Amino acid sequence: MGRRGWLVGLLAFALAMAACAEEEDAGRSADDPIRIAMVGPSASNDLAFTQSMVDSLDRLGEDYNIEVDVTDGTFVIEDAAVAIRGYAEDGFDIVLAHGSQFGGSLSEIAPDFPDTVFAWGTSRDTFGLTNVYSYSVQSDEGGFINGTIAAHMTESGTIGVVGPIEVGDIKLYIDGFVAGVKSVDPSITVNVNYIDSFSDVALAAEAAQAHVEAGADVMTGVSQMVVGATGVAREHGVLWFGSQTDQVPLGEEIVVASQIYRWDFQLSQIVEDLLNDEVSGRVITADFSNGGLTMAYNPGLPLADDVQAAADAVEAGLKDGSLSTGVE
Amino acid sequence: MLVVLGANPLTGYAALLDGAFGGAKNLANSALKAMPLLLVGVGITIAFRAGVINIGGEGQIIAGAILSTLFVLGFPDVPRFVLLPLTFLVGALGGAIWGGMAGVLKSYARVNEILSTIMLNIIAVQILNLLLRGPLMDPGEIEKGSRIPHTERLSGNADLPILPGGTRLHLGVLIAVLMAVACYFLLFRTTQGLRLRAVGHNPFASRYAGMSVKRNVVLAFMYSGAMCGMAGVTLVFGSEGHRLATDGGATTFTGAAGFNGIVAALFGGLHPLWTIPASFLFGALLVGANAMQRAVQVPAALILALNGLVVVFVVGSMYARARLARAASESSDQDGESDSRSPVRSADPEPRNPP
Amino acid sequence: MSDFLTVSVLLATLASGIRLATPFLLAALGETIGQRSGVLNLGVEGVMLLGAYGAYYATLRTDSILFGILVSLIVGGVMGIVYGVVTLALKAEQGISGIGIFIFGLGLSDLLFQKQVGTPTPIDGLGDVAVPLLGDLPWVGEVIFHQNVLVYVAFLLVPVLWFVINRTPFGLNVRAVGETPEAADSLGVSVDRTRYITIFVGNAMAGLAGGALALELGIFQQNLTNGHGFIAIALVYFGAWRPSGVMAGAMVFGLVSATVLQWKTLGIVVGTTASIVGMFPAVLTILVLVLVSRRTGQPSALTRPFERGH
Repeated sequence: MGRRGWLVGLLAFALAMAACAEEEDAGRSADDPIRIAMVGPSASNDLAFTQSMVDSLDRLGEDYNIEVDVTDGTFVIEDAAVAIRGYAEDGFDIVLAHGSQFGGSLSEIAPDFPDTVFAWGTSRDTFGLTNVYSYSVQSDEGGFINGTIAAHMTESGTIGVVGPIEVGDIKLYIDGFVAGVKSVDPSITVNVNYIDSFSDVALAAEAAQAHVEAGADVMTGVSQMVVGATGVAREHGVLWFGSQTDQVPLGEEIVVASQIYRWDFQLSQIVEDLLNDEVSGRVITADFSNGGLTMAYNPGLPLADDVQAAADAVEAGLKDGSLSTGVE
Repeated sequence: MLVVLGANPLTGYAALLDGAFGGAKNLANSALKAMPLLLVGVGITIAFRAGVINIGGEGQIIAGAILSTLFVLGFPDVPRFVLLPLTFLVGALGGAIWGGMAGVLKSYARVNEILSTIMLNIIAVQILNLLLRGPLMDPGEIEKGSRIPHTERLSGNADLPILPGGTRLHLGVLIAVLMAVACYFLLFRTTQGLRLRAVGHNPFASRYAGMSVKRNVVLAFMYSGAMCGMAGVTLVFGSEGHRLATDGGATTFTGAAGFNGIVAALFGGLHPLWTIPASFLFGALLVGANAMQRAVQVPAALILALNGLVVVFVVGSMYARARLARAASESSDQDGESDSRSPVRSADPEPRNPP
Repeated sequence: MSDFLTVSVLLATLASGIRLATPFLLAALGETIGQRSGVLNLGVEGVMLLGAYGAYYATLRTDSILFGILVSLIVGGVMGIVYGVVTLALKAEQGISGIGIFIFGLGLSDLLFQKQVGTPTPIDGLGDVAVPLLGDLPWVGEVIFHQNVLVYVAFLLVPVLWFVINRTPFGLNVRAVGETPEAADSLGVSVDRTRYITIFVGNAMAGLAGGALALELGIFQQNLTNGHGFIAIALVYFGAWRPSGVMAGAMVFGLVSATVLQWKTLGIVVGTTASIVGMFPAVLTILVLVLVSRRTGQPSALTRPFERGH
């Protein structure tokens, strides 16, 4: 009986907490700030995709009067759909479905809430709806810059890439990276290994190990599983290039440069549209020329002058259109 | 007296739940979350009653989802009232095949079913990934180059109709409850059910009574898998996206219903009817966990940890309950439904040879 | 891409296989002890996760890897005591309660990680240690005898465990309790005490296996072990309850995984073929289970709770 009582207590505790959670969702008055809700597939501090959006919302908050509510870790697609619909029902002004895998659900939910603005990405598809924005990134550009630097820094002539699943901005980044390397020296070997998982850290580590054993002295990778790969990189003194967020926290001594997604570029346009009553569903793509993508260099690991110059030249070329990554 | 443990906490929580999820919207969400748990839980119950342990819910859900998706992709224009029932049948078949494999492996190759079902789960996830990133990928995704691993939006004729009342509740919830009742009749009101339970209760006696233990073990797995397969159908055709989707992970599609269903079944005292409120409770807990995480930053993983404790304690208390029940029946010599003794026992298709 | 059969690649694959096999081996050896005494523990995966988190967090806070290893052992041992109480004192069905432990470990390790750490913070993992003399061998020494210390521990435990089970009085008790607990009991061997010890040791090893994984990777993440524990259980059947057989199974698994990764890295298998390769270990396990099922060796009293007077 005592055991059962304890169990009852535990469950009651959980339910009570859930009850508190429910009560906080009250209505709002017209003078309140713009309410933005975000649904993200991984942890909001994953140093990758989800965090890039959380950081961007923080930056957006410096310029606009916004109130942000985040549901993270909804890797179950249907849970995310329930959260998206829930936010729309609760009257949020903008609902962000941050994950290309949520598009299927969003295309069915958005028509039910014509007065709510939805945004999702990375994608280039608004389903023909006027209340759906779609955000994407030319992540091949940062990949190209990273690749250019990587090609200058490799001594072994072998570079490793640890990718999750061949999709969207990830494929774009990796293709851009390979193109960047080849633009400097076509003879450099780039081994690309998609491990088929966004989250399997152990597999990422072993893939990185395989790259090291294949002779790689420079690596890159995308998504939250790279924390496994950077561990191996640190152990072997292999240089690392990041994407999505600044990945210096994963290894001050190895992370050379990171491409940073500044979603606030797209978000600010959506907020402006909302404030000016000009909401019209469209695709907004961030790149280096419009400032939606930037590079972050590790101050603790400065580049040689000529390498930095080469990287800056590529960035300038991408900005003014004189250079193309050649990636579709 | 079948569910001493299942019943008491449930009645206790009825009021609490009401307060926690008073709104129709939240109740509907809880019911929707509970729907696959109930179908899986009922399936698990059949298996456990027949003395086999089915950990393969995840794989059987996926198998049912894949086969029913293929079916609807192949016959999108069949009218709804024909297509929907057939879709459920095909999904049940998919789950039954996947579950049946574990049954055959146990009966005819003496492979421990716990291990085989876990391995079959892994295989099913890989097949799902293979199909969604290959032949089943939405042609539009290939065209656009975004290559999101999901199917196209499946035929509207196969959508599970939303029930009236202004919530998201759809037909799948009713079907799940209906199946629970059907399984109650199967287990307790038919000779087939009697055979399954007899095999689970005492395989040796059943064999002497002329029953084929092997065949009944396979059958139990097929019934069990069929329920899980139907859970897969509700997850695809009742989803917001009306399509089969994944991101490569094991639980992105199932939401771990294959495991959580076990918890619901145990909490329901391995009785199909009690599994209905038990799954609703766990559905509500899971929905509540997400809300809780959002509001007070207590990770939803807490509920997972609690679920684990529930399993351990429920199973742990079975022996004590069995002893109490035995003592009671001995003292009063009155034996109603005396199988409140742990029904979870291993049915061994063959007597073990001493080495 | 024709260089995938060169000696260096083959040796690299072998080294990678050994490294990958280590967590499997530690967990599977622990499970072997338990099963030899008649107790099936399906919670290995959950215990591994808790051990992994314990080792990671302790190392993160104290910068002492040794302390991290110790914590993973303690966490595993504590879980062993819990599992012992549930299965021995309460005589719970072992299969399901193990699944309960798994779900519990999966949830709790994630919960603690999110509350206590949050953002993935790397720790300095286990460095490689060269074995004296052997490590100086050309080619082989460089690759095979430069591993982290837990790799050596795992492989040394194979003969140790064999000796304990087959050549010591305690091992005799374990086998007796696993085969005919009633007879063992009538000879004055305490069935429960023997099983408590094997469960304790077995779970401590599962905790250590998780710790080995976390310290090798230098990181923790939700569901870090990703099915390692379940495959470890299958390896016990694969190895027919013998430490050497378990080791062989772990090596087969490690080598298959390592080969797959090498092939993917070198571009030999690409795209959706990777999914086919990904299901290979599971298919292999089922096939092996079918093949070994005809063999004897399974402890007769496996999963059977012991009750005096039956």
